[in-house]
Amino acid sequence: MRTISTTILVNGTSVTRQVEPRTHLADFLRGELGLTGTHVGCEHGVCGACTVLMDGATVRACLVLAVQASGREVQTIEGLSAAKHKITQALQEAFCARNALQCGFCTPGLLATATELLTQDPTPSREAIREAISGHYCRCTGYHAIVDAVQQAAAVLATTEEPTR
Amino acid sequence: MNDRTSPALSAVDRPNSYIGRSVPRPNARRLVQGRGQYTDDIAAPARTLYAAFLRSPYAHAQITRIDVAAAKSAAGVALVVTGAELATVCEPWVGVLTHFKGLRSATQYALAVDRVVWQGEPIVGVVAESRALAEDALALIEIDYAELPAVTDPDAALLPDTPVIHAELGSNLAFALNLESGDAEAAFRDAHAVVSGDFRFGRHAPVTLESRSILADFDPSTRRLTVHQSTQTPYQMQDIFARHLRLPQADVRVVAQDVGGSFGMKLHVYGDEMATAAMSVMLGRPVKFVADRLEAFQSDIHARDHRVRARMAVAADGEITGMIVDDITGVGAFSAYPRTSAVEGNQAIRLMGGPYKLRNYQGRLRVVFQNKGLMSQYRAVGHPIACGVTEALVDQAAAAVGLDPLEIRRRNLLTDDVYPYTSPTGYIFERLSHHQCLEKLERLMDYAGLRANQAEARQRGVMRGIGFAAFIEITNPGPAFYGVGGAHITAQDGCVLTLEPSGNLRCAVSVTEQGQGTEAIMAQIAASAVGVPIEHVRVITGDTEATPYGGATWASRGAGIGGETVLITGKALRANLLRLAGVMLQAPAEALDIKDGLIVDAATGQERLSLPELARIAYYRPDTLPQGVQAELSAAHNHVPRGQPFAFTNGIQASHVEVDVETGFVRLLNHWVVEDCGRIINPLLVDEQVRGGVVQGIGAALFEECLYSEQGQLLNGTLADYLVPMAGDMPDIHVEHVSTPTLHSELGAKGAGEAGAAGAAAAVLNAINDALQPLGARLLQIPATPERILRALGKLDAPGRPTSGEE
Repeated sequence: MRTISTTILVNGTSVTRQVEPRTHLADFLRGELGLTGTHVGCEHGVCGACTVLMDGATVRACLVLAVQASGREVQTIEGLSAAKHKITQALQEAFCARNALQCGFCTPGLLATATELLTQDPTPSREAIREAISGHYCRCTGYHAIVDAVQQAAAVLATTEEPTR
Repeated sequence: MNDRTSPALSAVDRPNSYIGRSVPRPNARRLVQGRGQYTDDIAAPARTLYAAFLRSPYAHAQITRIDVAAAKSAAGVALVVTGAELATVCEPWVGVLTHFKGLRSATQYALAVDRVVWQGEPIVGVVAESRALAEDALALIEIDYAELPAVTDPDAALLPDTPVIHAELGSNLAFALNLESGDAEAAFRDAHAVVSGDFRFGRHAPVTLESRSILADFDPSTRRLTVHQSTQTPYQMQDIFARHLRLPQADVRVVAQDVGGSFGMKLHVYGDEMATAAMSVMLGRPVKFVADRLEAFQSDIHARDHRVRARMAVAADGEITGMIVDDITGVGAFSAYPRTSAVEGNQAIRLMGGPYKLRNYQGRLRVVFQNKGLMSQYRAVGHPIACGVTEALVDQAAAAVGLDPLEIRRRNLLTDDVYPYTSPTGYIFERLSHHQCLEKLERLMDYAGLRANQAEARQRGVMRGIGFAAFIEITNPGPAFYGVGGAHITAQDGCVLTLEPSGNLRCAVSVTEQGQGTEAIMAQIAASAVGVPIEHVRVITGDTEATPYGGATWASRGAGIGGETVLITGKALRANLLRLAGVMLQAPAEALDIKDGLIVDAATGQERLSLPELARIAYYRPDTLPQGVQAELSAAHNHVPRGQPFAFTNGIQASHVEVDVETGFVRLLNHWVVEDCGRIINPLLVDEQVRGGVVQGIGAALFEECLYSEQGQLLNGTLADYLVPMAGDMPDIHVEHVSTPTLHSELGAKGAGEAGAAGAAAAVLNAINDALQPLGARLLQIPATPERILRALGKLDAPGRPTSGEE
């Protein structure tokens, strides 16, 4: 099958690969780059497990073709973790402390969305959190602990904000 | 919740220093950074190939021709295998066990041979250089089918003019069971009131976020098979792969690293996974198969699918005097292997009426075949059916005699003075705490306040309802479980605990982790039993090569059975280490103790020797020990619960809902659970087990149903069409506990994995009916969709077609 040269800025590093047009971004990240923290749960854009940040906004990596990400910046859970992204890190701490994950399959995608949420709304209500994460299926937790953890992370971030801000 | 950091051990709280504390899970840190190693994440070995399967588009058809020539010569294709060819490498199976007397099923092949019996049944396997190329080749396979009539409705399955799916069995009946205790007929004859219902419980899908995945690697030089698999039970699968692929068990290794949800679904044998392993054997190369979501809907086991006609007799004072139940459940085209599809129905009719004192009971169960995917054990096996029927009838009984729903439960729940108690269906309850749970729930939810709120809301035309569900829960299955029926599934667990040269502990244990927190709990117990900081314990699970053979994690057995195994092993290692320390310190072992990783004087607590120093001497300087002394630095134990067939637990749930009677939509306002899992090892993890189970029960109550056409076509097998609970729809879930440890183990832990799912749907349905009650409407079917609620309210025309799964 014909391949297309594709260059994507992934977790701060520019990568160029020959990709088949039919390869979606999640398969590209996992198969070409070994970034297996992006999980494939349904491949039809519903479950949210493959959610990553593209140019800072969440996308379903299973609904974006790798070629469509050409010239864009993509951040996966590995990149957010390595960069010690302040919000993501606070969320990760809170998720662990609150046991807001069980099997952990949905977690990287949820963290991308929760990172986006707290970037836009530093003090979301429980309802706003539930609304924001409703595009992510979690079969283990029942969501309560996830809502708690996002709130907890927001509270921690609020107390550690730079006073000059 | 206050003890999230791991506190140091102190003399006061040993040996239970970590038991009962909310210690965080050591593996969570890895998972939140995307460092999980689910089966599809494992770096594929060199020369790995990828499998895809052609699946039947028909629910029932004869295969009249298969032409795979074009597929075989397609780009990148290494192997194309039909059912008959695969059967030469992989033995077929029959999903029966002898302890279910009369249970029948037909021979099931990994890939269909000559005939397909459900839509989605795998027929041809293709192995290629990539999954995409394998799928490309699938499109080149030509198959001619002669479609046969499909059996879908469980009731119709047994009618004389219905086609028989497996001619050799003579009928579509897989299993039947009749239970009788006391004199139910007399109870009904003498009843003040009789209430009844025709209940339907939809067939639903597990939807583990990680679908079934397998990477099988057969090395022809050594004839050894290594399988990485998303399974709950690597030991069972080691035995299965060995027997069905005709390999010595010792030459099969099964590894389950991170598992992305299981809930019972990943306990069963699946044709596509067996075929993947067989094709690796045929090729002598690694082969990977990951079910995509559409395949998961079609081929994962489904849950429930019951129709239950039931009656309850009640005396004028509200005493429940009898129950008669007739359950018919559809299990798809075969009884699942190796655990069968009889357990769900068996447990459903044995759990009926379970929390209550009633002595007169008749239960009839019929398990029937259908041209649908298989139904088998899924979280809270049979529980939601028994609980749903019983609790709905209890509410009807309360109304019939003019009692409050909580009051009728108070009058009928088993009282504290009856234990040990044998239920009319033969279950033995060691000690339950129904009344303590009920009282705690009443306070927790402010029942009186909610009733006042309900009355006030009704004034405004807002229909709110409160529903209860008392439940019992089967946990810690005993020594007879499965093995008694001939299955190679062990009821025991094993642990090997070792003091390593660093002074840390290595705990290899046969219970497995799918996110419940198994590894954290086993570390808590090992650390407490030996007397070391929890950070010094490393727990190893999920690898038949590295851990002792055992039952693994299912049926809420991990904490109770696996935990007890680790406790016993830990005490043995502790004795070994004290004996050795006594030699080194020239002191009697009894005068020494281990605290916080140090050998101390038992009397004074004064440090004598650290465990790293003891380990250093034992491993590297045994020459300094007296002649004849051998340092025993490991302990190994196996444990199976004796004394009772199961450890029953109990609890009660309550749901508060608001029903929009114009749209039929249900809003969940609140949910409460009080449960009793005995000794709580980690409160944080127990609460989350319960909450997760509740939401799975809510899914069944409101959203989840596999819908089939009359031709047996699954109509909603995508995540876009099949609804699962979303965060925005779910309430906060308040969980509290009563603790009645089992006295059959030292740890005293019972299971908690089924509790939430056991009762949640019943509580929600009762709450909906409580809301609808002033309007004279009642619904006895789940999921309680808006359409069904509107039909119950008479706001939609009656459907022209049956409503059970055929809408």
